[in-house]
Amino acid sequence: MADGARPAGAVATAPGRPLASDAAPAPPKAPAGGWWSPRGRERMLQLAFLVPAVAYLLLFFGYPVVQNALMGFQEYTTRTFYTGEAPFVGLANYVTVLSSGLFGTALLNTVLFTVGSIAGQFVIGLGIALFFHRRFPLSGVLRSLLLMPWLIPLIVSGAVWRWILDQDNGALNRFLGGIGVADNPGWLTSTSLALIAVIGVNIWIGIPFNTTILYGGLQDIPQDLYEAAALDGATGWRAFRHVTWPLLRPVVNVVLVLGVVYTIKVLDIILGLTDGGPANATQTIATQAYHLSFQEFRFGEGAAMGNILIIISLVFAILYLRANRRALAR
Amino acid sequence: MARRGASLRTALPALVAAAALGLTACGGGSGGGGGGGGEVTSLRVLDYYNNEPDKTVYARKLDECGQQAGVKIEREVVPGAQLIAKVLQQASSRTLPDVLMLDNPDLQQIAETGALAPITDFGLSADGFQEGVKTASTFEGKVYGLQPITNSIGLFYNVDMLNQAGITPPKTWDELKAAAAALTQGQRYGVAFSAVADYEGAWQFLPFMWTNGGDETNIASPETAEALQLWVDLVSSGAASRSVLNWTQADVREQFAAGNAAMMVNGPWQFPALDKVQGLKYEVVPIPVPQAGETVVAPLGGETWTIPQTGDPARQAKAAEIVACLNTDENQIALATERTTVPTKTALRDRFTAEVPRMAAFTEIVQTARARTGKLGPEWPAAATRIYTAVQTAITGGAPPLQALQQAQNG
Repeated sequence: MADGARPAGAVATAPGRPLASDAAPAPPKAPAGGWWSPRGRERMLQLAFLVPAVAYLLLFFGYPVVQNALMGFQEYTTRTFYTGEAPFVGLANYVTVLSSGLFGTALLNTVLFTVGSIAGQFVIGLGIALFFHRRFPLSGVLRSLLLMPWLIPLIVSGAVWRWILDQDNGALNRFLGGIGVADNPGWLTSTSLALIAVIGVNIWIGIPFNTTILYGGLQDIPQDLYEAAALDGATGWRAFRHVTWPLLRPVVNVVLVLGVVYTIKVLDIILGLTDGGPANATQTIATQAYHLSFQEFRFGEGAAMGNILIIISLVFAILYLRANRRALAR
Repeated sequence: MARRGASLRTALPALVAAAALGLTACGGGSGGGGGGGGEVTSLRVLDYYNNEPDKTVYARKLDECGQQAGVKIEREVVPGAQLIAKVLQQASSRTLPDVLMLDNPDLQQIAETGALAPITDFGLSADGFQEGVKTASTFEGKVYGLQPITNSIGLFYNVDMLNQAGITPPKTWDELKAAAAALTQGQRYGVAFSAVADYEGAWQFLPFMWTNGGDETNIASPETAEALQLWVDLVSSGAASRSVLNWTQADVREQFAAGNAAMMVNGPWQFPALDKVQGLKYEVVPIPVPQAGETVVAPLGGETWTIPQTGDPARQAKAAEIVACLNTDENQIALATERTTVPTKTALRDRFTAEVPRMAAFTEIVQTARARTGKLGPEWPAAATRIYTAVQTAITGGAPPLQALQQAQNG
């Protein structure tokens, strides 16, 4: 069981813990001048290799995150960019965004969008991964074709789907009309359908990722386990329940948590399809943060929205780390 | 001063100013590290004209103006949606270009930061420019840019479709409703417009709202609600598609070009694309008004050219020459002709419509047009958000117009 989890767990812990501490317990403590001993030099070399990675993380992840956290407490406007003045205003930005009538809608939409997308992507992705797990002619070609949605830039997917889903001339409604469904559903123009349509498109985009990772996980399950299970009479659904699923669990955890973190911040696809409309029916915390910052130039409030999103993502990141630790401990 | 006429005469005061500033800069600039005081050989220009024909038209004009000013133009073109982000980034790193183009509703936002220099510092003035255009380029009493051309939106109609149905182009709201209903047949809608959830949606609604006496400082008024009711009626009666909620102005043009709409609300920048459509005959009239005899109040479009505070007076003076050059009578007419827009100097109107008759309707529309930022200044983006949110809420049936407007107004 720990088989699948070990690589992921190792990757997750490595940057946090200096390599030196792994090596330290073995030899007796080096004296103060030991930096110049062969052992010390090796340690310095190890540290030197860490420097670029740490610098990179601090510069491109640490700095923006800290900056964004600060910005949430500042009155940050277009003026700030030129004058550099951004007075601290305490929690005012948070009060404004949380008390706006839109926040409830945006939060609910974010939850529905994330849960709906993940559920769809995962179930269909797993189905396809299991399907391709059997060997059959052309499976390799078909599998690579399945990657297509993943390779198309999101903004292009958005534009194409907007044509497909158009109420009057869209391909989908033409097709539905062809098979006898009379009324043209307004996929992107009805407040009750728009979110469903957007989730549907996002599922389509997410399937290749889920399929690829889950397929990889399935490849790691030793074939002889199935043979042994078959001797005990477990085939088909029972083989899946008692062999595949438990052994796939660590990979499933990875897919789900990464899926949540990717999906919760989805921006381009919603902007491309509906721009948050109609009447805010597809407005999420991410699109609202973008809107506040880059369309209304209220950067402080936009940052506050962004920070709320980061906190929600952090919760899932912690859940992920804990799940991994438990898997390792077992 | 800038309206006196011939390009050479307009450029003279600027040249003198440039020479004077250049000299003072030379005199005091020995400690400045070289680059500053010396002769200006090139200027950086930033704009968002990344589509044809605008891209080539401006490339040529800027080069001409650069030659006159004796500098090489280093032009950078970014997509429209990225311009403001780029400007803010350059403002914070003090790398703003020498000449900066801005969409007119964004000017006050950027002027408020202090990154722009008032054009009067360089002997330029917006006297003789249309009032609304001047207002758009003015922040706290100072003019920060000159806008060579402007545009607005009108009602396009398909000549053949209206002739077949025996309908004359509508002038009032009632006529618009009747005409749109009569022209709706099968796959074809009577009218198309953009009610999309962004500034294009707000911009398209403004002529209806303003002409009826609505005001952006408080949109929850019966006048604005009446205007919104018109849009709701057009959609709910089926004379306009519900897809207007999703259509940008470019989508609206596609629908019109494909014959899926007999009339549309759109701007003259669609002419080049429409002219390419085989067999499409179209004309433009002002957007219908509530009662016969009233005058439409449409929003002013177009971009303004500014001189950022780059801290180098010699370069700024040269930049001012470029801005002045783009705004000479000749160049206003040339830009307006090549880009199917309207010159902003009021004295040029008759000459322009005589030369380019197809622009007559738009030249008439912009006479009474208003700047979006005229009343609210940098607060405009928030008002625009309220407007399109209310429009979308009402059209989707989320609330009746007045209630939708009240909800949006109260955020």
